[in-house]
Amino acid sequence: MRTERDGFSGLQRVLHWLMAIMVLTMLFIGVSMVSTLKPRFLTLITIHKPLGIAILALAALRLAVRLRLGAPPLPDDLPRIQALAAKLSHFMLYALLMAMPLVGWGMLSAGGYPVVLYGSLHLPEILPHDDQLHAILRTTHTVLAYVFFTTILLHVAAALFHALIRRDGVFRAMAGIGPRNQ
Amino acid sequence: MSDEENLTRHAPLSLSAVGGRFAVIGGVLFTSALAFAYAGGWLTPDRLTPTRMVAALSDRGGNPLGHRRNHSKGICFTGVLEANGAASQYSVAPMLVAGRYPVVGRFAIAVGNPDASDIMGRVKSMAVRIVSPNGQEWRSGMNNSPVFVVSNPRDFYELTLAQDIDPATGKPDPGAMNRFSATHPDSAPFAEWSQTAPWTTSWADQAYNSLNAFRFIDGGGASHLVRWSMEPTVSPTPVPHAVLASMGPDFLGHDLVRRLSDGPLTWRLVVTFAEPGDPSNDATKAWPSDRKRVDVGTLIVQKAEAEADGPCRDFNYDPTILPTGITVSDDPLLAARSAAYARSFDLRTAEAADYPYTPRPAGDRP
Repeated sequence: MRTERDGFSGLQRVLHWLMAIMVLTMLFIGVSMVSTLKPRFLTLITIHKPLGIAILALAALRLAVRLRLGAPPLPDDLPRIQALAAKLSHFMLYALLMAMPLVGWGMLSAGGYPVVLYGSLHLPEILPHDDQLHAILRTTHTVLAYVFFTTILLHVAAALFHALIRRDGVFRAMAGIGPRNQ
Repeated sequence: MSDEENLTRHAPLSLSAVGGRFAVIGGVLFTSALAFAYAGGWLTPDRLTPTRMVAALSDRGGNPLGHRRNHSKGICFTGVLEANGAASQYSVAPMLVAGRYPVVGRFAIAVGNPDASDIMGRVKSMAVRIVSPNGQEWRSGMNNSPVFVVSNPRDFYELTLAQDIDPATGKPDPGAMNRFSATHPDSAPFAEWSQTAPWTTSWADQAYNSLNAFRFIDGGGASHLVRWSMEPTVSPTPVPHAVLASMGPDFLGHDLVRRLSDGPLTWRLVVTFAEPGDPSNDATKAWPSDRKRVDVGTLIVQKAEAEADGPCRDFNYDPTILPTGITVSDDPLLAARSAAYARSFDLRTAEAADYPYTPRPAGDRP
């Protein structure tokens, strides 16, 4: 019988759960604000922009931490197709964490909008003011949001599959609770 | 090592336990997806979304593809705001400090058809984008009516539907506007203006009003409820409506270009301060005429350019894009304008092929 794996480092767990809350908040804010004309539109969009930039900054930190500390190995007995799916979905999640804020920032730049974080704190434009570029990025931002939410659902499903069905310690590696590997 | 062997190391799950646990996982996913769908409005098709609002605006005749879905016919201008500093004690906005600030603006008429005749322009508008040296922006879209026609987005949607073209006749339902007016008494002040204000042949002789209320924030953090207006320095020349009909479809643009060929046009930027009790959230109601009014600067319009290649084309004149020192009020129209303008902008920037730029040598487009 193997001893329990170490799991992710404390820093990685904090980053994971903090960003989980931030990203889900972000996706719900995004899908809500584009579907309302009510005063909450302005509240939501005022949160959306600085929260997106915060996610971008944390994603960069998280990627650096991941490259330095790595991740605990998956169970030896995990079917190859599931191991592949895990690697692919984690790659997708990292890519989306970086891409969504950058596409949003670029879309505002290309749309000629000021990128306001708070008050007079503005970010520079990262792309030229160009209507066709704006159109492409605006569509991309929406499509990636749906891809992101779907990927998160699959990630949650897989995590719960590890926690409830396989009970192999993979959930515990990030959550700190749940079945140990035996 | 197989899956099953691994699972047996925990107390094995009965078939029904496995089923139950899969059901839990399924339930989590389903609930999450449902919540997301609710947030996005898919479960509440009656919700008035920017998409529905802009679709209604797009159905008022002509081909609006590539164009703003309201105030669809317009012309760009460039100029300068010359602030005199009088507003600085009420707002820390950087472009209200005495100085000169570049402006990219647009004159338009409130129609849905970008090829409409200018005689359809009962409501004329001016939009401005004023930029401070530190990159802050003040965007404002103003109309020549003293009040707005409705106070909330739902009423604006109903008004827009009343103006939509009936495919059977090619015209709006003639009874629809009367029914709207009868059921929306707060639109009466606008209707009164619409029926009695003199028509003119120019954008230059009109006053343009913010209509919505905003808040100026001063250096001490105190807030002042305000509306603002661009007041013309050219006196209006009333023209009978019948005469306008003989002037061709584009008399406003011709008038503007002709006037600017003689020199710049100017407006006084005047800020009106509310007294306690004046409505902050109802653009259909004028404030009493004795309110304090402060002349805070001069807008100098120097040059007009056709919109197709003009500098205003690719700006969204969202009135909630404001510098520090100016914030939105609780007027519900402001959020609705911001959301709907964004939708219109998203649509039209994807439709550039329907509103081509004039071909120029490669790389010459700004």
